[in-house]
Amino acid sequence: MAAAAQAMQEGGAGIPAIALAGITKRFPGVLANDAITIDFHPGEIHVLLGENGAGKSTLIAILAGMQQPDSGEIRVRGRPVTIGSPRESLDLGIGTVFQHVMLVPSLTVLENLMLGRPWWRPLDRKGTLARFNELSAMLGVTLDPDVPVGRLGLGQQQQVEIMRALWRGEGVLILDEPTSMLTPQGVEDLGQVMRRLASQGIAIIFITHKLREAYAFGNRVSVLRLGRKVGELPPERLQALDEAAVTQEVVRLMFGSTDGHGDDAETLLARGRQRRAGRVDPAAAPRLVVEALSTSAASGECGLTEVSLSVRPGEVLGIAGIDGNGQKHLAEVLAGQRPAASGRILIAGQDVTADGVAERRHHGLRYITDERLGEGTVGAMSVATNLVLKEIGHPPLWDRGLTRWDRVHAHARAMIQRHDIRTPSERTPIAKLSGGNIQKVLLARELGGEASIALFNKPTYGLDLQNIRLARQRIAEGAAAGLATVLISTELDELLELSDRIAVLYRGRLVGVLENQGDIELALGRLMTGAAT
Amino acid sequence: MDAFLSEAFLTALLSGAITAGVPLLLAGLGEQISEKAGVLNIGLEGMMLFGAYGGFVCAYYSGSFWLGFLGGGASGLLLAALMALLCVRLGMNQIVIGIALTVGAEGLTALLHHFQFSRSYPRLDEVPALALPGLAQIPVLGPALFQHHPLVYLAVLLVPLLAWLYRRSAIGLNLESAGSKPGALDAAGVSVVATRGYAVLATGFLAGLGGAYMANVGAGLFVPFMTSGNGFIAIVLAMLARGRPVWVIFGALLFGVSLALTTALQVTGVNVPTDVVQMLPFAMVILVLVLFARHSVLPPALGLPYVRGDR
Amino acid sequence: MTALVESPHGAWIGASLRILLPVVLALVAGGLILLLLGKDPLAYYGYVVERGLLSWAGLQESITRSAPLLLIAAGLIVAFRAGIWNLGVDGQFLLSAVIAAALAPELVAFLPGWLALVIACLVAFIVGALWSLIPAILKARYGINEIITSLMMSFLGISFANVLVKLVFRDPATTVPQTLTLPVEDRLVRLFDSTINFGIVIAVLSVLLVHLLMTRSAFGLKLQIVGANPRAAIHAGLPVGRLTIATFALSAGFAGLAGAVDVVGVLGNVRADWNPAYGLLVVPLVFLARFHGPAVVAFVFAFAVLQIGGESAARRIGVPHFYVLVLVGLLLLFLAVVEYLDQRRRQRRGA
Repeated sequence: MAAAAQAMQEGGAGIPAIALAGITKRFPGVLANDAITIDFHPGEIHVLLGENGAGKSTLIAILAGMQQPDSGEIRVRGRPVTIGSPRESLDLGIGTVFQHVMLVPSLTVLENLMLGRPWWRPLDRKGTLARFNELSAMLGVTLDPDVPVGRLGLGQQQQVEIMRALWRGEGVLILDEPTSMLTPQGVEDLGQVMRRLASQGIAIIFITHKLREAYAFGNRVSVLRLGRKVGELPPERLQALDEAAVTQEVVRLMFGSTDGHGDDAETLLARGRQRRAGRVDPAAAPRLVVEALSTSAASGECGLTEVSLSVRPGEVLGIAGIDGNGQKHLAEVLAGQRPAASGRILIAGQDVTADGVAERRHHGLRYITDERLGEGTVGAMSVATNLVLKEIGHPPLWDRGLTRWDRVHAHARAMIQRHDIRTPSERTPIAKLSGGNIQKVLLARELGGEASIALFNKPTYGLDLQNIRLARQRIAEGAAAGLATVLISTELDELLELSDRIAVLYRGRLVGVLENQGDIELALGRLMTGAAT
Repeated sequence: MDAFLSEAFLTALLSGAITAGVPLLLAGLGEQISEKAGVLNIGLEGMMLFGAYGGFVCAYYSGSFWLGFLGGGASGLLLAALMALLCVRLGMNQIVIGIALTVGAEGLTALLHHFQFSRSYPRLDEVPALALPGLAQIPVLGPALFQHHPLVYLAVLLVPLLAWLYRRSAIGLNLESAGSKPGALDAAGVSVVATRGYAVLATGFLAGLGGAYMANVGAGLFVPFMTSGNGFIAIVLAMLARGRPVWVIFGALLFGVSLALTTALQVTGVNVPTDVVQMLPFAMVILVLVLFARHSVLPPALGLPYVRGDR
Repeated sequence: MTALVESPHGAWIGASLRILLPVVLALVAGGLILLLLGKDPLAYYGYVVERGLLSWAGLQESITRSAPLLLIAAGLIVAFRAGIWNLGVDGQFLLSAVIAAALAPELVAFLPGWLALVIACLVAFIVGALWSLIPAILKARYGINEIITSLMMSFLGISFANVLVKLVFRDPATTVPQTLTLPVEDRLVRLFDSTINFGIVIAVLSVLLVHLLMTRSAFGLKLQIVGANPRAAIHAGLPVGRLTIATFALSAGFAGLAGAVDVVGVLGNVRADWNPAYGLLVVPLVFLARFHGPAVVAFVFAFAVLQIGGESAARRIGVPHFYVLVLVGLLLLFLAVVEYLDQRRRQRRGA
């Protein structure tokens, strides 16, 4: 870090690699970037922090040539430029590694790196291999150039992406939330690569919403909030402060003030634990029991292996794990959307393994999916229809198979009022609603009626802070009312706040179950990364 | 039984299979290019028909088979350009436009033919065949396989050429990426729209060429609706070939045999209604689909228009 | 597509513009083609309207022709609402027509006339449905694209129907291969004092029934969910596979019924190599009407006028009836273009 800081100070005195002045970008109904002015210096790891919707991704899209700003100026090495396409961005020496892998899985590493060459030229395998070796040395990684990218792990795929980003010139490297799919070891490796590259004079822009990484890797930190740049911690300040002080400062910038939303994580945690105390009757029979459940997985998926668990009425069982360790399969097999390869599922002692979605729903099991528009709702259909999507054909809204639209709409109006769903009307297509309101529709649909088991998959994914709070509140209220709750989440603070026990999924197996007491964060982390097995 | 193994029968069958199979081969290879790039080109039938008419008219008035083929390819290209504009550039529904082009081409070629030739169906001269020296003298196989118009040999050469292109050239990498991960291609600085657009144009040219061969060589004349589903069979061939040109040629030959069976049977004096034999290729497609349903693999982004920044 | 069902207070001007603009554009573009070919488009269109709509004989023919087209449309409404491309209509239609043509003359010999016709129609419905079974199962089980499979089955069905006419059900008394002829007095009853038969009543009722089924029933809503978002259908626990097969069966069944009604109502027999190829012609009409039953009735009737008028115009003005195909292609093309422009406009207004 010291060496990198040194390099930064030398570079910082000169011309910025990229200088943005007054960048503004509007989308329908959103001001994504509001007059952002920011400089990125050679040899510096510049962290862009901000929560979902703060405008980080838009800023990156502009630098990568995927979007054009409505106003503002971009200077690259002092020269004003317009970046009209990804090609122009690459030509300017700006390489971007996107949040989602942008490699062709069916092509080999080398073929992916050769992508984008002029089509009339023969493929230059030898030259590509030479540059590949050069960059491998620079990054300090070893990869087989002839393996199809689809067979590499995510960390290695990211290394290929970094190579490609640096391919045409080692000017600026943008990393958009690169750690979200990585294991802790992978994150550590990435940090090393970044420091190495920075020490060689590359300007690195590192986007994240994790404070810890910002402190660990950053030479300079800028904070975005609601499309604006609200503050910057230059290297001098970063070095002067310790981790706790930096965290406090950044949180203040990100959320307005340290108590902007009333609660910090600690008090929430404490209050959650207090609220849960004595809620679950330890003698009660479990409502949901899963015995040695396995699923068969297609390539690229993570199936389940011999998963067993049980949940009592009023209990919240958290399922922790890094994304892609079998969460999707667990949710779907419990909901009845996916067949079990072996094992049993019992609801109130009754075997429902062979039952489908509808039968399990009759047993009181409700599934709140993380893919709210992908499978949870039909975007083109009205809010009213979506509110009854799983009740079609049942009285009183259906009368001998005929739809009573008057009753469906009246039902919808009542639900809209009770759950504070913000929609122009019950006939509005649901795709026009915001993510938070779509989630309210799902919660209203699933948690009403005869629910006795609630199954949540990443319930706050992609929501803004206010709706995150609301959704978590609904989960806690449901449990308080006696719902046996399974909460699958990748957010540790969410699990710690809401769960009675936390089980950890690692490569499709439940590798441990911990009572949510005391300081279990570290233990969970070890289980999540397979370090404890 | 002897009649079936007679020299005349086998020669007629093989030679007919090639004549019937070449249009399928050309159109199938063409469709494969589009499918690789992620465009499901349902308008293939229309492009073949356009090629058949354009090819026939050019050959009829110029007297040159080569100009005829060129005109056929150009006609297919014309229709493909419309498809590329509407479906690739503007992102309209590929199925609706594909059906529109096929139906429109059926009507338009029939209409044009009517106004050009009224109710007469003029024929072209005998096809100038290129007998490959040496090979053409082999009994049975020689006259069946090595006495065709040079275009046939070019069509066969196209197979290794495309196979090489797919595996070993920047064009191949671009096509593969456009179909399986268009976002990656875009991020690499190559226009997805242009890649897919050229792929559709190539498809149109090859389909037009196939149609022209069907009219000028296969039939020697143009009849309205003469492609009668060949374009759709070619789509199936491309689907089942899973991006491998060599499978297209096998498939085309197989369907060519079943199409040629009627004529070949007449040589032997066996009289089977044409309809029974006409059922063969379609029944075979269904059979193949039922048997290999699980294995037909299409690019993930097939049929979806590409929108930058859409995840 | 669903917005139309659920929002009766939609903007009528915009909606009718979206519907009428493609029609006008297709007619104009088609007219230009006629002009280039040296024909007067106004004279052609005028003659079509005069013969197909304004003359009593033509009007009767147009209404009679509407019957099979409407039944096919009823089937397509079901399929398209469920997001399924049943493009195998021609094969289903023709095969059912042949079966009905073979069955009806045999049945009237020993059954009351009306019962014979009802049985013939029912069997035709079932034959059509069965002919769609393979594409349906391939789609439901393996997700194989139904456009290709239904088209293949269609070509297969057309050839098979011809084989049946020539080899199995051939009337030995005729030189040209055709099935036995159903005597005129045994065919569907004529309405009042016209040549229009009862088939049009069956057809209009079928379309309205399908419309109610789709907009007012649980079954229809389930089909629409499968069509709009198949993953949501699985999530909601709907039996997607069974619904897909049911959709195909209903859709193809109506196509089969269309064939039967054409045979027992109008033709009385099926000749070899007869194939009106109605299938793809009805597709743009159903799209134009946005799958809305009453609107489909209007568009199909207008199209029948064009067909009947066009057939006369072929003899009189010298524009062959292939021109109708050109119009259908143009209609689909402009339909997509207008839809695209409308979407762009709405996006820009939202921005």
